[in-house]
Amino acid sequence: MINMTEASETIKMITQENLDVRTITMGISLLDCVDSDLEKLNENIYRKITTMAEKLVSTGKEIEKEYGIPIVNKRISVTPIALVGGSACKSPEDFVTIAGTLDRAAKQVGVNFIGGYSALVSKGMTRSDEFLIRSIPQALSSTDVVCSSVNVGSTKCGIDMDAVRLLGEIIRETAERTKEQDSLGCAKLVVFCNAPDDNPFMAGAFHGVTEGDAIINVGVSGPGVVKTALEQVRGEDFEVLCETIKKTAFKVTRVGQLVAQEASRRLGVPFGIIDLSLAPTPAIGDSVADILCEIGLEYAGAPGTTAALALLNDQVKKGGVMASSYVGGLSGAFIPVSEDQGMINAAEIGALTLEKLEAMTCVCSVGLDMIAIPGETSASTISGIIADEMAIGMVNQKTTAVRLIPVIGKGVGETVEFGGLLGHAPIMPVNPFSCEAFISRKGRIPAPIHSFKN
Amino acid sequence: MKKTIITVVGKDTVGIIAKVCTYLAENKINILDISQTIVSGYFNMMMVTDTASSVKSAVEIADEMEELGKGMNLTIHCMNEDIFNTMHRI
Repeated sequence: MINMTEASETIKMITQENLDVRTITMGISLLDCVDSDLEKLNENIYRKITTMAEKLVSTGKEIEKEYGIPIVNKRISVTPIALVGGSACKSPEDFVTIAGTLDRAAKQVGVNFIGGYSALVSKGMTRSDEFLIRSIPQALSSTDVVCSSVNVGSTKCGIDMDAVRLLGEIIRETAERTKEQDSLGCAKLVVFCNAPDDNPFMAGAFHGVTEGDAIINVGVSGPGVVKTALEQVRGEDFEVLCETIKKTAFKVTRVGQLVAQEASRRLGVPFGIIDLSLAPTPAIGDSVADILCEIGLEYAGAPGTTAALALLNDQVKKGGVMASSYVGGLSGAFIPVSEDQGMINAAEIGALTLEKLEAMTCVCSVGLDMIAIPGETSASTISGIIADEMAIGMVNQKTTAVRLIPVIGKGVGETVEFGGLLGHAPIMPVNPFSCEAFISRKGRIPAPIHSFKN
Repeated sequence: MKKTIITVVGKDTVGIIAKVCTYLAENKINILDISQTIVSGYFNMMMVTDTASSVKSAVEIADEMEELGKGMNLTIHCMNEDIFNTMHRI
């Protein structure tokens, strides 16, 4: 039977160390909604989402209360809309109507984000893929909760540089269209390499075509719990350090597994995966950067950061894998700058640069995430940063992503405030030298040699 | 059987157990085990209960216990036992 020490430990993790389940995300396939009539398609999409996810939010709240564990977000991911809208949409504007439908459906069921306004173009773009990508600025500026992502590369296919070039322009245009809100639209747009089909985290979640009709994926969190556990082993050797992270990750993930199974049972939707993540929030004590400091760095970004992050990421996975029956998504430590108070502090003091963040993305869960850059940054420079990040993903056979926010009208030294979970960030300097001629080349970068494993 | 763990923490005062137990009895919640200590004036109790016979839902019980605690300056958590078992037992 559970004893008082164990009960107190769990309650302390929840009440003082910000342990929570970050998201329950219901993946919904929209493939059976396809119709060549745009109006009919929109109707089908609205009906399917509002039917399937009708009880998602209320079920999440029930579990939250019954088990005493906060479930911060309830969300929906759908089949990439470029596929769903392919036969009905004859222009970018047609796609925007689908974004409007997703927004209405999401608000109707009460989720805080819906992901899947996406295109998968790692080898090339179809006409409908290109329409969807070109519709992103309008779609994101005319909706509130729709998230968009584009997969432009993979280890198997290489990198579609035409899409990378186009997305540099699209990110700038999205920033322009949402400049009244500090270019917030860009916070809802992710560019991926090797995007997973079952990611529960926004803004990059979509319901991949390899998935079933509906599925429940859960993202766990708990940087504060890991930090507190590490405070007890200050000065100990690496073995003790790693064991402590592993044990803590195990406990955190077990809670996610319980919540996922319970949500799946109550909603009658199969359980997909647990995303073993350390996902920070701007709240004090909920920071991945603070864990890096606890491991022994003065600030995130100091020499040793990449090694410390590699160690952390690996131990989180090792501890989490045994705690869950199915693991997937992005699994690892997230390093979004604006959503992590420790990262913000490090960027403000100059310890953390864009280049160091790029190095860190080689060993952590995703990529260059929630980074505010000067509004005057050119489209080709943004494309160059995307290409670099995609190359890291392609060669290292891992997921990488870019979520940059060129804040229109602001420059280095200024701060941008997104609010809520998206936080605030200092605008970071970008290398001023040009890559225009490189980005102007047409075509794609071939897949690396080690992708030919057959 | 539906096991729920109730923890009560706060400054010690007369009648804490009485009030908590009265609520449980009124709502047909059976107490299976109680452990309780006082550390430097702070009351600390953990109860293992069975809520299967109660007509109230887990959500209602958790809300009402929390309210009951607030009235006495206590923090009361009422959580399904599974969360502790999954975290601390393999």
